[in-house]
Amino acid sequence: MTSTATTSGAAGSGPLLEVRDLAVEFDTDAGRVRAVDRVSFAVRPGTTLGIVGESGCGKSVTALSILRLLPQPMGRIVGGQVLLRGQDLVTAPLDVLHKVRTGQIGMIFQEPMTALNPVQRIGRQLSESFLLHQDVTPREALERSVEVLAKVGIPSPELRVNEYPHQLSGGMRQRVVIAMALSCRPALVIADEPTTALDVTIQAQILELMKSLQQEMGMSIILITHDLGVIAETCDEVLVMYAGRVAEIGPVEEIFARPSHPYTRGLLESIPRLEYPRKTRLRTIEGMVPGLADLPAGCRFHDRCPHRVDRCRAEAPSLEPVAGAHGVACYRWRELAPWTEPAA
Amino acid sequence: MSAPLLEVRNLRTWFPVRGGVFLAARGHCKAVDDVSLSVWPGETLGLVGESGCGKSTLGKSIVRLVKPTAGQVLFDGTDLAALPMRSLKPYRREIQMIFQDPADSLNARLTVGTMLEEPFVIHGIGNEASRREKVLELLRIVGLPPAAIDRFPFEFSGGQRQRIGIARAIALNPKLIICDEPVSALDASIQSQILNLMLDLQERLRLSYLFIAHDLAVVKHVSDRIAIMYLGHVVESGDGEEVHHQPRHPYTRALISAIPQPVPRRRSYRQILSGEVPSPIDPPPGCPFQTRCPHVQAVCREQMPPLREVAGSGREAHAVACHFDL
Repeated sequence: MTSTATTSGAAGSGPLLEVRDLAVEFDTDAGRVRAVDRVSFAVRPGTTLGIVGESGCGKSVTALSILRLLPQPMGRIVGGQVLLRGQDLVTAPLDVLHKVRTGQIGMIFQEPMTALNPVQRIGRQLSESFLLHQDVTPREALERSVEVLAKVGIPSPELRVNEYPHQLSGGMRQRVVIAMALSCRPALVIADEPTTALDVTIQAQILELMKSLQQEMGMSIILITHDLGVIAETCDEVLVMYAGRVAEIGPVEEIFARPSHPYTRGLLESIPRLEYPRKTRLRTIEGMVPGLADLPAGCRFHDRCPHRVDRCRAEAPSLEPVAGAHGVACYRWRELAPWTEPAA
Repeated sequence: MSAPLLEVRNLRTWFPVRGGVFLAARGHCKAVDDVSLSVWPGETLGLVGESGCGKSTLGKSIVRLVKPTAGQVLFDGTDLAALPMRSLKPYRREIQMIFQDPADSLNARLTVGTMLEEPFVIHGIGNEASRREKVLELLRIVGLPPAAIDRFPFEFSGGQRQRIGIARAIALNPKLIICDEPVSALDASIQSQILNLMLDLQERLRLSYLFIAHDLAVVKHVSDRIAIMYLGHVVESGDGEEVHHQPRHPYTRALISAIPQPVPRRRSYRQILSGEVPSPIDPPPGCPFQTRCPHVQAVCREQMPPLREVAGSGREAHAVACHFDL
């Protein structure tokens, strides 16, 4: 089952994680829907991949699939591979998966209050992972908890370990969740909208913290967000998702300098920016995000796309290379006018 | 543009914090503390602040969904804060509200038609036929199909529901609309549609907006003037462009620099605040920003800096609540 030969494994410069043609289906009242369709990407060691898209685009489902944490029994991976250092997690036995979940991949969720147990002290929750996976006494586990809290910038951590989650502010709670995700020094951290519930000044603190921890510990990060600003400021590579599929993928500078999918362009144009003159009309993307139960045929963006042609209605475009690692799933990307920053 | 349409003077909304056997008030949560601001006819005043700063409570205090503790809310010269509930009814036509989550603020059991007709019924306007005409016109104005009239809120997407919320707010030709985070629950591609609609309506119907949101980029885009709130106080106010280009308050500066911009590799000139936001329950004396301010001095811990005009006056004023000229 393990195919270490095909990838370079832990040591080389190959990807740490490689997702190939991932497909996920959900059973819903409206029948079986495909929430993620042929999604492929790779995460290199020590880098950050951002997954950006609007609600229902499949970004969170993709993340949950990596750890096989899809809600049961509705959700199911129906195709593709998730290779962590060459090992396919989709087919891995549960005991292997358990080790991966707790030792190699850490997860940070959007709302820290729901990720923490409200009736357990912080110290006990943090100690749990040390006790489970390392040969330590409860006292040592607590000491390590204090250390890791100090590392994520929580003042007087030796007092905080005795507190409950509700005694902390939102930003502090998210630091605790980050501490928890980092406690076993994972090679990869998956952060699903880690700062969406936080204020913008606190968000800046948390993003800065994640960046400096990454530099120190060398882990890779998959950052899921709806905010292109957060992507631009924190990621090395970007995956733009629309309605369960990859619209565009590539290095962050490339995507922002030469966005080639009409959806990526539409998103970039529609965000209000501080430099814009006030009260001018914003560019918009017509229509609305399709629900998973009524996805359009062909390119899933075609009914909102200003550049659609008949072919877009009929068949879905596959990813074409733009330049280097930059790829786009659009038939007409070559014909689109060169990208200029939205008029300020 | 002579007199303000809405003038809030020294408004306080404090909530008692109760405890003990007899639930005596043991302290106060000072959600809105000594806030003054004005909205002129036809303009948008943007009110920005982070969660818990009191911006929503301020909006609710103006329309009396919450009773202010002290201060005045002058609307066209009448102090709404002093009026008994019964006398407020005519003013409810003039001031309307749009809420953040239209899924919560629309009655799930009413059709869109019934919901939009309700304001006319309550204020005894027109007959059944003319009211239906009005409802259809409202739907057209906000960009919804006539068929929406017989549907229920759950049949619409978030953006469409916000259009319904807007239709309800403009039904009675109000002068002022308090918009409380009207686009923050919406996806980016839908957000710009709704912002455009609100700008169009303002021009067409000569509306004034008090636009409350946490996102400075959104607020700056739709507003003529903006006010920055922190821990129950307005710390800076003025023309939107001026506050953006020449922010005077250290909090405004930090807020502007913290906004992630869709420009890669900008992060080098980020200003990161340290420290925590104090609780609005019995906040420390002195400046509300003292716990996070990079320029804090002894005087900041003792005296509350008043909101003082540093440039211009009246509608053109740029005011800041800081002891220093930074």
